[in-house]
Amino acid sequence: MATAVTARPASAAAPPSGGAAAHAIEVLASEWNKLRTIRSTWWTLAAVAVFNVAGGAALGIVLPKMLSASQQASHRDPVQLALIGLHVSQISIGVLGVLIIGSEYSSGMIRASLAAVPQRRLLLAAKTVVLAAAAAAAGVASCYAAWFAFGLFLPAGSPMRMPLSDPGVARAVTGAGLYLAVLALAGLGLGAVLRSTAGAITALFGILFVPSIIMQLLPSSWQDTVGPYLALNAAEAVYRVPQAPHFLAPWTGLGVLCGYAAAALTAGFILIGRRDA
Amino acid sequence: MIEVSGLIKRYGAALAVDGLTFAVPPGQVTGFLGPNGAGKSTTMRLIVGLDAPDAGSLTVNGRSYRSYRRPLFEVGALLEARSFHGGRSAYNHLLCLASANGIGRNRVAEVLDLVGLDRVARRRAGGFSLGMGQRLGIAAALLGDPGVLLLDEPVNGLDPEGVAWIRALLRSLAAEGRTVLVSSHLMSEMENTADQLIIIGRGKLIAQAGIGELLAAGSGSYVRVRSPQAGELAALLETSGATVTRQDNGTLAVTGASTDTIGELARASGLTLAELSAQQASLEDRYMELTRDTADYHSAAAPTAAGK
Repeated sequence: MATAVTARPASAAAPPSGGAAAHAIEVLASEWNKLRTIRSTWWTLAAVAVFNVAGGAALGIVLPKMLSASQQASHRDPVQLALIGLHVSQISIGVLGVLIIGSEYSSGMIRASLAAVPQRRLLLAAKTVVLAAAAAAAGVASCYAAWFAFGLFLPAGSPMRMPLSDPGVARAVTGAGLYLAVLALAGLGLGAVLRSTAGAITALFGILFVPSIIMQLLPSSWQDTVGPYLALNAAEAVYRVPQAPHFLAPWTGLGVLCGYAAAALTAGFILIGRRDA
Repeated sequence: MIEVSGLIKRYGAALAVDGLTFAVPPGQVTGFLGPNGAGKSTTMRLIVGLDAPDAGSLTVNGRSYRSYRRPLFEVGALLEARSFHGGRSAYNHLLCLASANGIGRNRVAEVLDLVGLDRVARRRAGGFSLGMGQRLGIAAALLGDPGVLLLDEPVNGLDPEGVAWIRALLRSLAAEGRTVLVSSHLMSEMENTADQLIIIGRGKLIAQAGIGELLAAGSGSYVRVRSPQAGELAALLETSGATVTRQDNGTLAVTGASTDTIGELARASGLTLAELSAQQASLEDRYMELTRDTADYHSAAAPTAAGK
């Protein structure tokens, strides 16, 4: 290999002169470069799309054959059927959110990242913005694709067809996509707090799934008061079309989910600035 | 210029850095030496703001590291090996860091060339050997063409050609007027590279000096004298205040008098000198001597009589 050493090249002599805003854009660009140059990003996003679309398409094909016309007509919420893939795609997007920071700690990249951007909260903020954009785009697009795939395979005139113009349908499909983005952000927050991919994935899905299981063992008065605020139920409130008792209003449900994510991220922002890297 | 003053860092009950004060001047290669666990890596992590000190101050070119908006232009640091994600290519790894400081793609290609990774730039860095990983870390340190370089054990894992390359690189960076601080736990890696040494042990400064000064101050330096009139000469030297040890082969080991003084003394007294030579301890000896009491992990003395 070359043993040549060069003098200071003119190309890199002076730093850019831009101020805080220009610097923030540089850090955003860096985080976008990090996100797009890693395979797990594309794998997890592809998994989100595949699970959502395949779930909708599969039920669109199978249900008309399995259910009688009257059963189809009486189904209370076909949109939930179209979004059946969420049960799996939520896991993929949560993993993406954890990995975006967990992999920095597991690989040692975090040392190089913090040496380049010692303004740690700016670094985490840039990660948050980039992840939110990518996860919301992938989440919303794949949920609409799932809705479309479901309808595509339904026979013409099927009572399960729900046009987007029907009340609550577009809201439910959009909300499902946004739910995925919020889940990814909660994963990022937990990853920043725990600095471990395995630990943060366990915590994320523990918080998502376990309380619903425990709740079933509790008295029904508890289920009615606390139940709606559990993450999984708040999420269902966002993407179910008919309103029902014991569910929050759709956007309230999304607000509660944002609260969960905000709590995790806030802890992450506090700790990343204080702890040794 | 790096300035460290009164630095203290604890990890739980362990005192990793204990009141360290030193300055690293520009235009030289400064070796940062100490046994394993002496606090070298900790000090470097503190300088680049990865860890926060419990007390003391650290500045790079007069400012704290964390106050720099685009620090890659001020300080390039190679910290512990493998500060990269194995799934990224070398090019993309450097691009991620460069873009955070507004450094363009041309410079990424330049540093890849400079460290000799241009041909493997598109390969996943996870498959790199230890030596290639070190080169990638050095490329990252050079991205902003910084005036201060901080390298923690840079020759780790490099082959002899790589070691020679690093030495030449460090020397040329210092010759351009940059501040270069290189850590090592081996004196042998430093003696041909460093102009001055900072030696620490158990988090404390043991010595900071130029290589020549360090050697001269060592207890291993003496003047060897051989003379047909060794007895007379020894008496004469002792009278003049020097310390003389008679060795088995009839030579004298003299400390406290230079070769000049001894030669002059011999001529004035009409004594014949068959040999007059300054003996220097090796830097390695000197280093062992300085750090003997502070090494955290001593090897047990080798057993002398086996099978008793």
